[in-house]
Amino acid sequence: MTEPAVRVAGLNKTFLVPEREAGLRAAVKSLFRRQHREVRAVDEISFEIATGEVVGFLGPNGAGKTTTLKMLSGLLYPTAGEATVLGHVPSKRERAFLSRITLVMGNRNQLQWDLPALDSFELNRAIYRIQRPDFTPLRDELIELLDVGDLVRKPVRNLSLGERMKVEIVGSLLHRPQVLFLDEPTIGLDVTMQKRIRGFIAEYNGRYEATVLLTSHYMADVVALCRRVIVIHHGKILFDGPLARLGDSLAAWKTIAVDLTGGGADLSSYGDVIGRDGDRVTLRVPREETARITARLLAEQDVADLTVEDPPIEDVIEMVFGQGNE
Amino acid sequence: MSAQGLSGEAGYVRSLFDFYVTRGRTQIQSTLQYRVATYFWLIGMLAEPIVYLVVWTTIAEQQGGSVQGITTGEFAAYYIVWTLVRNMNIVFTPYGWEGRIREGELSAALLRPIHPLHDDLAAFAGWKPVVIVFWLPIAAVLWLVFDPVLDPTLLEVGVFFFAIWGAYLIRTMFMATLGMITLWTTRVSAIFEIFIAIELLLSGRLVPLRLMPDWAEDVASVLPFKWSFFFPIDALVGDLSTGELLGGLAMQAFWIVALTGLALLVWRFAVRRYSAVGN
Repeated sequence: MTEPAVRVAGLNKTFLVPEREAGLRAAVKSLFRRQHREVRAVDEISFEIATGEVVGFLGPNGAGKTTTLKMLSGLLYPTAGEATVLGHVPSKRERAFLSRITLVMGNRNQLQWDLPALDSFELNRAIYRIQRPDFTPLRDELIELLDVGDLVRKPVRNLSLGERMKVEIVGSLLHRPQVLFLDEPTIGLDVTMQKRIRGFIAEYNGRYEATVLLTSHYMADVVALCRRVIVIHHGKILFDGPLARLGDSLAAWKTIAVDLTGGGADLSSYGDVIGRDGDRVTLRVPREETARITARLLAEQDVADLTVEDPPIEDVIEMVFGQGNE
Repeated sequence: MSAQGLSGEAGYVRSLFDFYVTRGRTQIQSTLQYRVATYFWLIGMLAEPIVYLVVWTTIAEQQGGSVQGITTGEFAAYYIVWTLVRNMNIVFTPYGWEGRIREGELSAALLRPIHPLHDDLAAFAGWKPVVIVFWLPIAAVLWLVFDPVLDPTLLEVGVFFFAIWGAYLIRTMFMATLGMITLWTTRVSAIFEIFIAIELLLSGRLVPLRLMPDWAEDVASVLPFKWSFFFPIDALVGDLSTGELLGGLAMQAFWIVALTGLALLVWRFAVRRYSAVGN
């Protein structure tokens, strides 16, 4: 059996955060008695990702996604637990490990601000010790795939956010990493740009059999790229499985769409009416009562057509994300 | 040892050389983008040595032309060479380390398969040639105004060349070690201010060490400050024997090794405390 590209077992990260009330009095008091609070950002998480798999890593703000990605890319030392990426322990930050991964963060800038991106690419060639016969064709190929030929000659400071993100991605992939950690790679970009970057990630994954762990608040990213998702909340994994099964696991309801032949009937006694379009009524019902309510509808109403569906994936994620703000 | 360390596998030196050349080139390009700002900054830096020079020249003239055997022309030579050594001495400061750690900017450096110290060394080394070219006309003006006495031998010029780069390495490692303390203290500015005060007195930056009491000179000789400032100047301006010149280079080598070892040791523990806030 082949070794998974990413293996995480009982991984923990706890931060010690200084804490005090607002105001001068509290500030003076903290001089003598500093108070700290332990924040468990990641709490005993375990999962494996196979080579070539694209996995969506979802959760509300502060759920522990970025902390996990930082531990897997060697930026943070775990408090406890184990992680291996391509057989390496990330926190050792060995050259052989760092040369085979990349971490792209939507808000991070690794390019030389005052110079054209081409100069930063050249620097990456030297850093990653890429042989020139390999470097030039790959660089040109990536530039073409992301259509940034006219951008890489401008100083980075003159690029828009979206343009900069595209050249950042080119710079991050020049060493042809086998594992990509992508943290909100499409944040702040317009729809066209998001679509282009999604297409590019899929292309890169297919062409190089790269493993991808992706966080995004845009469901379109996840739906387009990931068959499997891991949902994390308060540092714990809530769900790990196929995207299509996410609703089964996390949503406590289903939707029933009913086409009535008579029209106009009040169906509120069967469940929450969440939509009405002519003779078509959409109901939200508790998952465990779906079969009973369906049977009642068929027995008691003039039903022309009836479909039972899991809730849209966007709604499930919105519900999970919403919990983070409670 | 981590492959990210400062030594390692076959072909390492060649690829490291490639990195230094490439990084140096990008830094030269970046510096040239802001050439006017750099030039004004360089001129602004002249205030400090000119004040010292004027004070010591005035004192020397009042004492019949010299202070403890150092003539006005020798003071002029000392402080003109001082301006070059000071520029060679500029490295990534603890303030810079503090900023990159507090703002999470160290993350980008940590993701690269090369130690961040290499990046700092290469970047500032690339900055030096531009500054030296900019410095030349300034030195020419100072030369005309203050009429220095400077007549170095070929050996002194050679030792000076190596000594200014040795000084650069010593100060880089010292400052980096201080900067890494941020990972424990969040702020390092107060410690840095104390460092600067000691360095001013014991490096020869404020006063040529020959004017200090013997005990102060003895203390300075066993600390790194003198070897990163006074020694390079003295190698060119002073009248050191061949043994003293080579001994000075040996002392620099000792401090480079010792402080690099210290920086790497501190780094090993410090980096575990990095919380990568924000980035």
